[in-house]
Amino acid sequence: MFLIVIRRILQAIMVLLLVAFVSFLIFRYVGNPVDNIMGQEATLAQRAALEEALGLNQPFYIQYFDFLWKAVQFEFGNSYRGALPVAELIATRLPATLELAITSAVFGVSLGVILGIYTAINRGSFLSNFILSTSLIGVSVPTFLIGVLLIWIFSVELNWLPSFGRGGVVDLGWWTTGFLTASGIKSLILPSITLGLYQMTLIMRLTRAEMLEVLKQDYIRLANSLGLSNRKIYFFHALPNILIPVITIAGLQLGSVIAFAIITETVFQWPGVGLLFINAVYYVDIPVMSAYLLLVGFAFVIINLIVDLTYLLIDPRLRDSQLKSEV
Amino acid sequence: MIRLFFESDLYHNFKNTPVAFASFIVFLIITLMAIFANIITPHTPFEPSTLNLMNGFTPPMQANEFTGNVFLMGTDDQGRDLFSTILYGLRISLFVGLMAVLLSMTLGVTLGLIAGFVGGWIDTIIMRFADIQITFPSILVAMLIYGVAKGLMPADMRYEMSITVLIISIGLSEWVPFARTVRGSTLVEREKEYIISARMLGLTNLQIMLRHVLPNILSPVLVIATITFALAIITEATLSFLGVGVPTTKPSLGTLIRIGQDFLFSGEWWILLFPAFTLLMLALSINLFGDWLRDMLNPKLK
Repeated sequence: MFLIVIRRILQAIMVLLLVAFVSFLIFRYVGNPVDNIMGQEATLAQRAALEEALGLNQPFYIQYFDFLWKAVQFEFGNSYRGALPVAELIATRLPATLELAITSAVFGVSLGVILGIYTAINRGSFLSNFILSTSLIGVSVPTFLIGVLLIWIFSVELNWLPSFGRGGVVDLGWWTTGFLTASGIKSLILPSITLGLYQMTLIMRLTRAEMLEVLKQDYIRLANSLGLSNRKIYFFHALPNILIPVITIAGLQLGSVIAFAIITETVFQWPGVGLLFINAVYYVDIPVMSAYLLLVGFAFVIINLIVDLTYLLIDPRLRDSQLKSEV
Repeated sequence: MIRLFFESDLYHNFKNTPVAFASFIVFLIITLMAIFANIITPHTPFEPSTLNLMNGFTPPMQANEFTGNVFLMGTDDQGRDLFSTILYGLRISLFVGLMAVLLSMTLGVTLGLIAGFVGGWIDTIIMRFADIQITFPSILVAMLIYGVAKGLMPADMRYEMSITVLIISIGLSEWVPFARTVRGSTLVEREKEYIISARMLGLTNLQIMLRHVLPNILSPVLVIATITFALAIITEATLSFLGVGVPTTKPSLGTLIRIGQDFLFSGEWWILLFPAFTLLMLALSINLFGDWLRDMLNPKLK
């Protein structure tokens, strides 16, 4: 058990080093850093001085270790546009993205579990069938289109909710929050639904399938014959047994939340990290792209590690290689 | 050969599954309209000389107040007939989707065959790399490759190479499912008697892989290709919507939807509605057809 955990952690570190290596290659070799910083008017002497200062004439492996060492200290150089430190850019935008991701995850998981249980218990009823077939169409609609359609209905036609930005935010030291103002919460609604809808469908289908499976088990039949009320059976005997796979999938989905946050943030002009990244791609702002890749890679590796370790903790029979192929 | 197909179970089931039949017909109509766009459409939206700015923002099926022209689906901000623009945009969407699928299929099948057939450390390297890439959502990978490719080429080439770059980035982001499936099937086929006898006949690895293993593992590849095709079209639309896809002078469906969103607040709803509806129909029809194909060809995957 202990060995497996160590092996799993070492594996995560290897993956992280590899992601960092790709990120380093992008940072160092896509475009010429000296050209991008100085422009074409610089003299040869100035260029040589900058090359010296950036350490570009050092051997390859030293440059990589240098990159890693700076990344650990959260230093990613300056953005090519506006020349601000990348770390600062990311730090000011991270709260917006995290608040959006958390809200949408809470929305997706809670509604998904509730609807999943409902459609499992009332199997075949009109409302269940309606929910299931609507969700099937919902999966085929691209995320950005869901956002645009929500804006059309709730911002343009009904004029209930804002269509862009975070609304009013409150400064809490280095963190800015939109949870504390009415306009902040209002602005959060549409982006969260857009981002959470896909996961909600996924979790709903999973919960439904697991619930149907569990309800067939003998101990449920026993509870039934003992005369326990349906509510007691559903919530105290069936639900705890389906929560583990549901939580696992929800955890693994956090990765795709980060990716789809890019799309949602662009549709709603949400001032988060995703919007920063897409602008970096648009303007070929290499340091921002490289830092974003490193950050997202770090998040993914940590999430996967936690999920795998929890799995190992719950069920020691599992080996990580099996886990990968299942997920 | 053709008669054999019409008498097969596959065709019989296809004829008797309304969803599969309908979705295929919808897909066929959309594709044919895109292919024959230059015959069907009243004008070519990419020829600036045929456009009249006075025609801008004409609502669908209403006469323009200045020129008196009537357009089936209205016009956009530059006076482009929306119906024509959608058909030409469909061409780009379908082309990018198809090329991207072909790229990821070729790459995935080749790597999967090699990994499964050769095994050893080559297998480990390929599949480890696949494991790492699959932890990142494919759309994020596509965005990264797009950004890097643009950074690698000189600034004046970025604009005209957009579509090629787009195809490569989407293609490279979707190869893992192909490789995994092909590797799995190859591992099974490798141990079968006909392969062993082919080896004893002295055929080379390459000959066995291409002429004996490959034909036997094609049906799951076909299923994944269909689903990836829908995914590639959606990815293309998403990237173009985000502004990191095809150039605005040659709009695809995603670009049109982005233009549509800009004019939503001033009441020009048709610029959004028609491209969005077309994209939905396209994605939905391919997905439904792919689902049916998966159930038919590989009942285990259900």
